[in-house]
Amino acid sequence: MRLSKIGVGAVALVAATALVLTGCSAGGASGGNSNIISTNGSEPQNPLIPTNTNETGGGKIVDSIFAGLVYYDAKGAPVNEVAKSIETKDNQTYTITLNDGWTFTNGEKVTSKSFVDAWKYGALFSNAQLNSYFFDAIEGFSYEEDTDLTGLQIVDDLTFTVTLSSPQSDFPLRLGYSAFFPLPSVAYDDMEAFGENPIGNGPYMVAEKGAWKHNVDINLVANPDYKGGRKPMNGGLDIVFYATQDAAYADLLSDNLDVLDGIPDSAMKTYTTDLGDRAVNQPAAIFQSFTIPESLAHFSGQEGQLRRQAISMAINRDEITSVIFDNTRTPARDFTSPVIDGWSKDLKGSDVLDFNAKKAQELWAQADKISPWSGTFQIAYNGDGGHQAWVDAVTNSIKNTLGIDASGAPYPTFAELRTAVTDRTITTAFRTGWQADYPALANFLEPLYQTDAGANDGDYSNEQVDALFAKGNEAGSLEEANKYFQDAQVILLQDLPAVPLWYSNVNGGYSTLVKNVVFGWNSVPLYYQITKK
Amino acid sequence: MIGYILRRILQAIPVFFGTTLLIYFMVFAMPGDPIVALFGDHGVNEAVAQQLRERYHLDQPFIVQYLIYIGGIFQGDFGTSFSGQPVADILAATFPVTLRLASIALFFEMVVGIGVGLFSGLRKGKLFDSSALVASLILISLPIFVVAFVMQLVFALNLGWARPTVSAAADWSELILPAAVLATVSIAYIIRLTRNSVIETEGMDFVRTAFGKGLSRRRVVGVHILRNSLIPVVTFLAVDFGVLLVGATVTEGIFNVPGVGRTLYQAIIRGEGPTVVSFVTVMVLIYLVVNLLTDLLYAALDPRIRYGK
Repeated sequence: MRLSKIGVGAVALVAATALVLTGCSAGGASGGNSNIISTNGSEPQNPLIPTNTNETGGGKIVDSIFAGLVYYDAKGAPVNEVAKSIETKDNQTYTITLNDGWTFTNGEKVTSKSFVDAWKYGALFSNAQLNSYFFDAIEGFSYEEDTDLTGLQIVDDLTFTVTLSSPQSDFPLRLGYSAFFPLPSVAYDDMEAFGENPIGNGPYMVAEKGAWKHNVDINLVANPDYKGGRKPMNGGLDIVFYATQDAAYADLLSDNLDVLDGIPDSAMKTYTTDLGDRAVNQPAAIFQSFTIPESLAHFSGQEGQLRRQAISMAINRDEITSVIFDNTRTPARDFTSPVIDGWSKDLKGSDVLDFNAKKAQELWAQADKISPWSGTFQIAYNGDGGHQAWVDAVTNSIKNTLGIDASGAPYPTFAELRTAVTDRTITTAFRTGWQADYPALANFLEPLYQTDAGANDGDYSNEQVDALFAKGNEAGSLEEANKYFQDAQVILLQDLPAVPLWYSNVNGGYSTLVKNVVFGWNSVPLYYQITKK
Repeated sequence: MIGYILRRILQAIPVFFGTTLLIYFMVFAMPGDPIVALFGDHGVNEAVAQQLRERYHLDQPFIVQYLIYIGGIFQGDFGTSFSGQPVADILAATFPVTLRLASIALFFEMVVGIGVGLFSGLRKGKLFDSSALVASLILISLPIFVVAFVMQLVFALNLGWARPTVSAAADWSELILPAAVLATVSIAYIIRLTRNSVIETEGMDFVRTAFGKGLSRRRVVGVHILRNSLIPVVTFLAVDFGVLLVGATVTEGIFNVPGVGRTLYQAIIRGEGPTVVSFVTVMVLIYLVVNLLTDLLYAALDPRIRYGK
């Protein structure tokens, strides 16, 4: 086989050139409907089923295509959406009445059955839904076997009652969370397929079958039949999944992306000048801390309390938030978040969160009298989450103030860190954080510090705290409940089951092409309000 | 020739099983429980977690998991990702994008690399040659993400000639910028490789003979020098094409190219065994094919090389 001239190479060259040229002429098809708002997102980790969506990537989409009983306004206050009224006399039995005339985008009417069946599906043990624990307050729920949620009773097409196994004053506040969204009956035929092309009743709907292009983007268009208070002022949403925030930010700067709800580390110092008044920096419902488990040597009983307080006072939160985070974090004053109704910056004992080297050394010395300190104090973190800088700063602060060895202990991935935390094999302190599912003090406290609670990673247990939580749940009003939760926090500030560090801010921005961009309490922009200029 | 190809394909079978087994084992041995990570900072609901482990066979011993996986492949089932999408669909969606990206990059490498290399070699020691050598040295020493960020800043943000990132469609024109970034390092190697090879060939007896026969310079350079210089370059290009096809995590990340590298990276982070193994398996197959084609190309370029009888 003799080939003349440069042969194969030349053929390949010509072929490649042809491909490039034909490609060029086919380009330029992007753009389309100019009334579509583009925003950043990440590939949902699970099919788009409300009771199985527990992370922000999928949450953003599910919240847009479904409407629940209530939605949260920018400040986190619940506003009736499908619900006409939610009434209770004892915080235990709720009567829920729905507005008439709501439909799913396939035409099916939204009735009490749409809610009751969806909740029962989400709660059923064998359905293994990630959000099943949201239903554990409802009578009949079980973590061990398939049971019927007997607490849900349909009265008529537009009315149903919910009976809880114990009083929960903030139950109505939870109802805007995605776990409580209704489902059309077609969903139960094949839930996985439904999750690929979900049908909802929200302000937006998926543009067409296959609109979710995995790892690329999802196209949503305004739902013309939507009847609630989140009426879209734009034609739709294109949620683009970015691998890195740097890529999303570059797109924002060149007006290829309209709204961005996260700023990459590389642009933290410059984004306010890059974007001017289009930059967003406001506190969010995200609480960051590190947890020193009770099981660590020197960290139980009275000695542990003294050492935790000493460590907390040895951390200069103001300096770290300004130097490391360029003021994109707000130093913590409690265990919740400033965007939550009932937050207070002057809880009794919150001075334990102030940097006080002298007091820290005194407390550490007192603890040493009980049992002399030995070893290294370490904070474990996942290396894939950009935590190294602050962990190093915090451990340095502790090291310099207390004169002990302190350092970070990196785990390569989030999965690895969480596995060590969950099976309790971890032998150091570790970073913890909490992003609220619904805007209530209780959501920041009960899942983390109640005895045996699901996210109580440090195995903290205090009868007084448990009792105050219970009282808060039985309280007649939210104001009254908040008082009990604040009292519980006063004890937490002494015990420090987690050492509060700071609240994350939501950092974002928007392009020159859009206006009316407001970020909600949960750091997600209120997409429905955004309009094109 | 046919026999040789068949033998090579047969050899690929144990390679296929060996690599899938090895990769599956590595994913299996990766520390951290992906199901635990699915729950985020929220507490793990053990009952739910246990059911999910059963669904993805994560509760089975390693060898059983592997056999289930391989059994599935032979029925055309590459498994499903955690988001419920068949891995085969993910493969089908991402490989064409990476293929386009790799083709454009290869095109740049050939045109610029061989062109400049040939010119340099023919003008050894002249200004052009020295500048090309210095330029290629700089390109080789620059990390790819620096090149990517700089090109993105200059061409997309400052000049506005291109989009900073690739859109969902990822068509040819959008991929030119990331492909140029991908090609930079290889271009530098190809320049040097071609240059040295051209210089070496130029001194050969047959080149002097060709000139002596009175052939035109154009013909001597085009046919005798270039073709004989290309053998090492073609090897490099072929191997490089294989490398390009298996995706470029960094570049695809920076330009948000919905290709193989980006997807694989995310699957690794999430510990999605089937996705990772299927991707790597296809990459191995591509590599084997590209290698085979390279060897065949040798014979085409150099008649002295013959395979099989």
